[in-house]
Amino acid sequence: MPKLTINGIEVEVERGTTVLEAARFLGLPIPTLCHDDGLTPYGACRLCLVEVTNGPRSKLQAACTLPADDGLVVQTHSARVERARQLLLELYVATTPQSKTIQDLASRYGVTRVRLTPEFEDCIQCGKCVRICREQMMAGAIGFAYRGNRRKVMAPFRPQSDICRQCGACMYICPVCELRCHGAEAETTLCSGCLNFAPACLDYHDHAMCFLDPCVACELAGPLRQDLVWPAVKPPESPK
Amino acid sequence: MPRLQSLEDLEARRAACVGARDPAKPCLALCAGSGCTASGAPEVLAALRESLERAGLEGAVELKSTGCHGFCEKGPVMLTWPEGTFYNQVAARDAKEIVASVSNGRRPVERLLYRDPTSGERVQREEDVPFYRFQQRVLFGNNGRIDPKNIDDYLGVGGYAALGKALTGSTPEQVVDWVKRAGLRGRGGAGFPTGKKWEVMRAQPATPKYLICNADEGDPGAFMDRSLLEGNPHSVIEGMIIGAFALGAREGYIYVRAEYPLAVEHFRVALAQAEECGLLGESILGSGLDFRIRLVQGAGAFVCGEETALIASIEGHVGEPLPRPPFPAQKGLWGKPTVINNVKTWASVPVIVNRGPEWYAAIGTTGSKGTMVFSLVGKINNTGLVEVPMGITLREMIYKIGGGIPNGRALKAVQIGGPSGGCIPASLIDLPIDYEALTEAGSMMGSGGMVVMDETNCMVDVARYFMEFLEEESCGKCFPCRKGTQRMREILTRISQGQGAEDDLKLLEDLGWMVRETSLCGLGQTAPNPVLTTLRYFRDEYLAHVRERRCPAKVCKQLITYSIEPTLCDGCHACVHVCTTEAILGEKKAAHTIDAAKCIKCGACLEVCQPKAVLVT
Repeated sequence: MPKLTINGIEVEVERGTTVLEAARFLGLPIPTLCHDDGLTPYGACRLCLVEVTNGPRSKLQAACTLPADDGLVVQTHSARVERARQLLLELYVATTPQSKTIQDLASRYGVTRVRLTPEFEDCIQCGKCVRICREQMMAGAIGFAYRGNRRKVMAPFRPQSDICRQCGACMYICPVCELRCHGAEAETTLCSGCLNFAPACLDYHDHAMCFLDPCVACELAGPLRQDLVWPAVKPPESPK
Repeated sequence: MPRLQSLEDLEARRAACVGARDPAKPCLALCAGSGCTASGAPEVLAALRESLERAGLEGAVELKSTGCHGFCEKGPVMLTWPEGTFYNQVAARDAKEIVASVSNGRRPVERLLYRDPTSGERVQREEDVPFYRFQQRVLFGNNGRIDPKNIDDYLGVGGYAALGKALTGSTPEQVVDWVKRAGLRGRGGAGFPTGKKWEVMRAQPATPKYLICNADEGDPGAFMDRSLLEGNPHSVIEGMIIGAFALGAREGYIYVRAEYPLAVEHFRVALAQAEECGLLGESILGSGLDFRIRLVQGAGAFVCGEETALIASIEGHVGEPLPRPPFPAQKGLWGKPTVINNVKTWASVPVIVNRGPEWYAAIGTTGSKGTMVFSLVGKINNTGLVEVPMGITLREMIYKIGGGIPNGRALKAVQIGGPSGGCIPASLIDLPIDYEALTEAGSMMGSGGMVVMDETNCMVDVARYFMEFLEEESCGKCFPCRKGTQRMREILTRISQGQGAEDDLKLLEDLGWMVRETSLCGLGQTAPNPVLTTLRYFRDEYLAHVRERRCPAKVCKQLITYSIEPTLCDGCHACVHVCTTEAILGEKKAAHTIDAAKCIKCGACLEVCQPKAVLVT
């Protein structure tokens, strides 16, 4: 059985376990968007990155696809990991600001400012729907088409696939379209005050400002907000 | 063609090939690589053939179309054997004269010889041309001598001797050890030690094992692998057969881009010939080694040069990378152990076996052994393919081999390693070219693209161009690469249009750092290099764009204006004729003016203006 060290704790796991599973076994919270226990690990959302040290070198690797090997030394919340996650989440909020899941994650990681123009895309291409359709529903009715920026989930060549049973598993598993924040203007809402009162206000872009007037979260006193932000994260450092 | 059953058969066949050839018989070896073909080699070949026929010399003079000689700038180029006279910029009309010189006492055609641009003197022999003199052509040396479509030519220059040596005189472990001791590192870009990769693969219990030759060369301006496949495909096949012997593989694949039709054609011919001779197939040279190579054509995705995406593509899936580990050497094609190496890596294997690992390891630096092939392009006098020992400095590369920068302009930067390489500034010109030094400078060896830039290149624009390419070529699987490249391109476009803010530079650095650290595969992990290196070395230029709304290199169209200096303008009307938007006003013999509202800043007037009255500010 491979023995590895996660955040200084030695842990022995069964062969075939991933680092993500090992960390979760220890109760360490690692955020994910594309991972689901019943599906093949995909490694696309990159939020589960952990810092893996190997001799003098260390590297960020996705925990969901990294096999828990003997002698691995893993840090799940090092400064480098936290900074990478914050910047990733900033980009996520800018891409899909209307998703409550993403807002909450960003909020949890102390992302209070988004410097990029919001895009309001519906899909983050985590591939959960594609995998559940193929692996659990045994249908394979949808897949990815096109490349890069134009890549999207669709049925081959046609909008409706013959083998789609309309079971709704794809909708069920989607991490971004579930539970939108129900504000006055759900599409442009960026206030995650309903979760923890630490909103990710887009002060850079007027048209994406928090719609609540007055903002519930912003009206609250500072100390209370700080207490509720979890885990406490320092602002990003400058690159060396 | 009889099958070769043993090493003796091979040597007998080689002896027959060499014996059938009179070394004194004149031979005209014309480059028919892609570069020279584009500059007219097929016409020259036809004209040479016709001239030979007219002179009645068809039997007495051999005419050969070979692979790329490397000096594409001066194409079409040719060599005449046995003297080794090097002719450049040959045209069809020169054919008669060349043939005449071959028949009458072999006086070279003076005006077709290479002229040294500094001394003005003509140079007769190829090895005396500065472009070639400082090179060490270990892999490409035979390109100018052999017809890639004729296996006898390859046998005649000692081809397949390394295979014979490996099969009869050594064990698989020994071959792996040679490759390890030679210090060969992967020539595809990342520079992973080949011997180590082979050892990992050998240690895997699973069978069957596979070999792959990665010929999905996609960097803009790079054509090293292409030229090797076009010019000397048997060297790659020989390397793969030796690999099969060392690694216990029975099947190999070569993945070539479909955009390389000539490489595909030549490789197909070479495969068929090798199979016919029994160099591929069952019990190669009677050794009991079975090995076959299949050719797979890529559909043009840059990301398929990444090994896991390439394997997915061969398997018939979408070319998207998979997380590593497991590495292909552990679990690759069809889930089996697979060694995947670049074209040049495979071609280096016979060299190492032939000459010995010590000979190979003596070339280069401590960490980087052997030679590296670069395609030297951009603002450089001698464009072409260059093979140099590792550790050569950029200065030697650009000024000795490359012949310096055209029009007496100053060197600004060198972009090494393809689109995801970094820009090395002119101040680091004495940097030795090896894996470690380049990585330290923020660039990478990559597969060997080398783009030279002078003071007329805007570094913001350069970064924007490469980011546009990478955004287009990102497969889109992982989020940071898909959205990060897009956002960086948007910010760079904004800056180049004079709409950037100083905060954007910090944002670019943050995004670049994040994309590099968090992306799934090598494409994303290296994609920010052009941005991060230009920000590191050319920050002033970015600041000029965002603070002063000025493009110092006068490239970014939104930040420049064209005007005519009335005191210099002689009213010749030349600019008026070339202006497509009728933006230039003025009578003949009187100073002209440019209507800024109509001007599209194409630069046509600047090019035609003799008195240099057109100003760009």
